[in-house]
Amino acid sequence: MIIPRLALRNLLGAGLRTWLNVIVLSFSFVLIIWLQGLYKGMGDQARVAQTDAEFGGGQYWQENYDPFDPLALQDAHSSVPESLQTLIENKQAAAILISQATIYPEGRLHTILMKGIDPAQSVVTLPTQFLDQEGEELPALIGTRMARNTGLKVGDTVTVRWRDSQGTFDARDAKIVQIMKTSVPSVDLAQMWVPLDKMQSLTRMKNEASLVILAQGTEEFPQVSGWIHKDMKFLLKDIDYLVKTKSVGGSIIYTILLCLAMLAIFNTQVLSIFRRRKEMGTLMAMGMTRSKIIQLFTLEGAMHSVLAALVAAIYGIPLLAWSAKTGWAMPEAADDYGIAGIGEALIPVYGTGLVVGTVVLVLLVTTIVSFLPTRKIAKLKPTDALRGKMT
Amino acid sequence: MDNSYLIKTDELVKIFPMGETSIIALNHVNLMFKKAEFAGLVGPSGSGKTTLLNIIGSLDSPTEGSTTVMGQKIEDLSHKQGAELRNQHIGFIFQTFNLLPVYTVFENVEFPLLLLGLSPQERQDKVMKALEWVQLADRVKSKPAQLSGGESQRVAIARAVVKEPKIILADEPTANLDAENSHNILQTMEKINNELETTFIFATHDEKVIQYLRRKITLIDGKVAKDEVYDNPTGRGEEQ
Repeated sequence: MIIPRLALRNLLGAGLRTWLNVIVLSFSFVLIIWLQGLYKGMGDQARVAQTDAEFGGGQYWQENYDPFDPLALQDAHSSVPESLQTLIENKQAAAILISQATIYPEGRLHTILMKGIDPAQSVVTLPTQFLDQEGEELPALIGTRMARNTGLKVGDTVTVRWRDSQGTFDARDAKIVQIMKTSVPSVDLAQMWVPLDKMQSLTRMKNEASLVILAQGTEEFPQVSGWIHKDMKFLLKDIDYLVKTKSVGGSIIYTILLCLAMLAIFNTQVLSIFRRRKEMGTLMAMGMTRSKIIQLFTLEGAMHSVLAALVAAIYGIPLLAWSAKTGWAMPEAADDYGIAGIGEALIPVYGTGLVVGTVVLVLLVTTIVSFLPTRKIAKLKPTDALRGKMT
Repeated sequence: MDNSYLIKTDELVKIFPMGETSIIALNHVNLMFKKAEFAGLVGPSGSGKTTLLNIIGSLDSPTEGSTTVMGQKIEDLSHKQGAELRNQHIGFIFQTFNLLPVYTVFENVEFPLLLLGLSPQERQDKVMKALEWVQLADRVKSKPAQLSGGESQRVAIARAVVKEPKIILADEPTANLDAENSHNILQTMEKINNELETTFIFATHDEKVIQYLRRKITLIDGKVAKDEVYDNPTGRGEEQ
């Protein structure tokens, strides 16, 4: 225990030099945790929002359905199989029929996806209850992004044109009954939600669907002929990839931060070893071995990160707790970032793993950076050290 | 080896290479030091005093010949064994005191005992005893920067004697001190030499120190020119 005690004593004895390094390093601690927390929060928010609004607990896709091929949509529908129909009737699934369509708001043409959904469904968090309207009119639900792009408002009527199952064009006026605010662009942009039964009737696709969304928590996924089960891992892979890509950008920032802090530590160590040669000589004369002196100087450097962690805890815990509570307010333009779930605020998530991982990483890097300059001591002759010379 | 001697040098040679030439710092030095000696290596600058002291203290190794300290051949010791020898049996006093600046007086004196792994109570007792010897028991909490030159050297002496080593090597201990402080320091060392029977070896050219020596070894160009022993330190004794 003598080495840690001496290291701490020397470190505290160095005064301002130590505290400057500690403060810089503590900034790195807090910023790294905050940045990583932000990316973790973004990922979590995106997953939760997308799961709630679009993916549910997994999906069954009609075998021809390909969300990236609009031309295939014409054939991407078939009767809902019995096993899935039972789930739908038990409110454990919701059928979605998708068809390419064109709308003409204010005389302009917009190609959209018309999506039929049961107004009474509770599998996804879309406000489909607004589609539950009597009468001949085709009620339509759109999102704020779609409304912004088309200039449509609640109560507006817009002509919708589509092809039915035979390929024949048909058209009708749809009335916008609600504009939903959602943080998930993929249920909003260029999409119009209409009641499923009306859409099935208008497109002559009675009892047909393009995909079936399962309720969250569904654990059994039976094999269904003509339909392909898509699990959550598959459905969320784009989000995971996007978050990973964003995290790489964040990693670059925190690597730069860490490098700056490490540069300060390295500089201090080099200077310390240069200035304290006489002290090293004295320690050797008193019977301290070179390896013990290397340990002492390395630990002195590494202890910067221990002190920095303590200092960071003093101001970082309240700061991070506050940011986790209030989040980081996002500008309206954040909607265009294409990431689901951001909404009005990005709420960082600071897990134990993140905090412990960051502390361990910084401690490890600081120890390595502190050790590197001390290797010179291994070659130091006691007589040279006592004269203040570096061997 | 003769066991009555703590230190013995045998045909000791130390050569420092200086570019293409070399400097002979010690040239076939044969010396022996007994327990409780109060001896000094005297001579002009570059005569090899400090080099000899460093070799005896296992801080350096000879080019040729051998040095035996406490029965151990210096040239055969590993770094670790050399450190152990210094830790247990040798105390150093330097011209520039070499106190650790961030430690208090108490902690500076306590340092060698920490390396020896003594218990806190043992350390406390020994440090206070050493500080009483040098009359600095009331300055335990002071930092080196708050001490005068004389006080700093007394702390350095306390640090050297606190573990009660068999040998204390003092390199120009009074060079940075005025006459009064030098005499105080030397009297303190003489007292420790008498009470603890510690062997003191000085490297000095200070007349004030020479007055106190009971053995004066004059080195010139790395060779022992004279080795004189005095019954009465201020008088002159017979040559060996």
